[in-house]
Amino acid sequence: MLEYILRRCGLALSVGFTISLVAFLLLNFATDPAVTMAGEEATTEEIERLRALYGFDRPLYLQYYNWLVSFFRGDFGESVHWRLPVAELVARHFPVTLLLAGMSLTVTILVAIPLGVLAAMNPNTLIDRIALSIAVAAQAIPNFWLGMMAILLLAVTWPIFPVSGNNTIWHFILPAFVLGLSSVPAIMRLTRTGLLEVMGTDYIRAARAKGYRGGALLFRHAMRNALLPVVSVLAVQFGEKLGGAIVTETVFAINGIGRLAVQSVLIGDVPVVQSLLFLFAMFFVFANLLADLLNAWLDPRIRLA
Amino acid sequence: MSAVDLDLEGEPPLRATLRRMRHHKGIVFGGVVVVIFMLLAVFAPLLTPYDYATQNIANRMVPPVWAGGNWTHPFGTDHLGRDYLARLLYGTRISVIVGVGASTIGCCIGVTLGLAAGYWGGRVDRFVSFLLACQLAMPTILLAMALVFIIGPSTLVVICVVGVLHWNLFLVVTRAATMRVREMEFVQASRALGASPMPIITHDVLPNVTSHIIVIYTFEFGKAILAEATLSFLGVGVPAPAPSWGLMIAEGRNALFFQPWLVIIPGAALFLLVIAVNLMGDGLRDVTAPEARQ
Repeated sequence: MLEYILRRCGLALSVGFTISLVAFLLLNFATDPAVTMAGEEATTEEIERLRALYGFDRPLYLQYYNWLVSFFRGDFGESVHWRLPVAELVARHFPVTLLLAGMSLTVTILVAIPLGVLAAMNPNTLIDRIALSIAVAAQAIPNFWLGMMAILLLAVTWPIFPVSGNNTIWHFILPAFVLGLSSVPAIMRLTRTGLLEVMGTDYIRAARAKGYRGGALLFRHAMRNALLPVVSVLAVQFGEKLGGAIVTETVFAINGIGRLAVQSVLIGDVPVVQSLLFLFAMFFVFANLLADLLNAWLDPRIRLA
Repeated sequence: MSAVDLDLEGEPPLRATLRRMRHHKGIVFGGVVVVIFMLLAVFAPLLTPYDYATQNIANRMVPPVWAGGNWTHPFGTDHLGRDYLARLLYGTRISVIVGVGASTIGCCIGVTLGLAAGYWGGRVDRFVSFLLACQLAMPTILLAMALVFIIGPSTLVVICVVGVLHWNLFLVVTRAATMRVREMEFVQASRALGASPMPIITHDVLPNVTSHIIVIYTFEFGKAILAEATLSFLGVGVPAPAPSWGLMIAEGRNALFFQPWLVIIPGAALFLLVIAVNLMGDGLRDVTAPEARQ
């Protein structure tokens, strides 16, 4: 088990390191941070002064090293546009996105798992076909468009929910539903196949022979094994919610980290984009690592293999 | 195999696959819709007298014909008085071109890496797996936005960026299929006879993983179309005045409450095209590689 954990952590570390390099090099090669910082009317001397002040004239590997070290000290640099430390911006916007991601994952679980169970318990019936159709439709629908349709129907035509913003928990329901729906196809299909597979095994037949029926059979015996792969995919989906939040937050004007990312890209705020690229990736890597460890803990076959 | 065996088995495999395709509802429906969209894209200039970029401020925000408009502009006009049907038709071209271009790039990268990892295994496989782990951890939308912003938005840049960021499924599927084919007797025989790796890969392995690649290509085609629309919607995709459906939705957004068709029409087109492509993908998997179905 220890060896497995160490191997997974090692992989996560090297992936994180590689991505930090990509994030750093990409934006450093692409733009001249001193020029961006100085603004359009700056003279050459002013630009040079800024370059020396922030150390942009030092060798690239040294800049990278300094960037990475200060990153892990919690110093993500300073935003060119907002004139604020990036760490402060992140701290201000992150809780909003975390709430949205958590709520949308709840929506995914509440929709996808019951739908998958229903489909697996009634294979090749009308219920199964409806569940699969929902999955096919949810996969093809553009998320930003779904968001706008939800606003149009449930906030304008029938004003049940607020149109946009993030003042109350009520504001998060529509966006959470829209963002949550994007993960439904994967989780629903996985639940369905997992459960179908488990229902055909000998131990379920044995439980049936002992007289277990319905709920007892499903929850005490079948679901435990069927949901194993679902758990890890859910953790991965949680990591992906950050990326999804970029679109959803833009549509619903939620002042989270996704909207911050879009604004920073559009105004070319390099330090913010750099930090967010790395943070998003680390969040995903961490969610993935958590999923692997969780799975190993739940399923002895993985950690012993 | 003798002629008698063939007779007993019935039709040759290719014809059998084509017959199964003709009887598969998803493939037929999806295929028909995709072909219609392709035709619309090709014949757009013949189908509408209007240009997608010509503005007519005096004639702006005309509703579509079912919402009280007229047949001069069946789908109405947008905030600059541009004919919406013309924009929609020309927009099909952008979606199809980006879909084909991006998934082809992704296919080349993913299949090459997958063949290498599956065929050689060992160190090559570990390296490719590491690349895959990095690619999966990359925040795709954010990275794509940053890349398009840095290089400068254009259709070609969007194609390249979306393609370069969407190869993981090609890799996973090709790698697994290659590993299976590699151990088959006829490949072992080629190797025993002294064939070098490249001919084995191109002549023995590749033809046997093609059906898997086609299925993934179909799904990635749909995903690339959605990715382009998302980037254009966020303002870092195909630049105006090009009629990208995502851009049309972004432009119609301000008028969502009073002229909702400006958002509904391009979104519905996007949804219909992608669902048709996905149904085709599902169907192709059913008829060519049923064991890959999840």
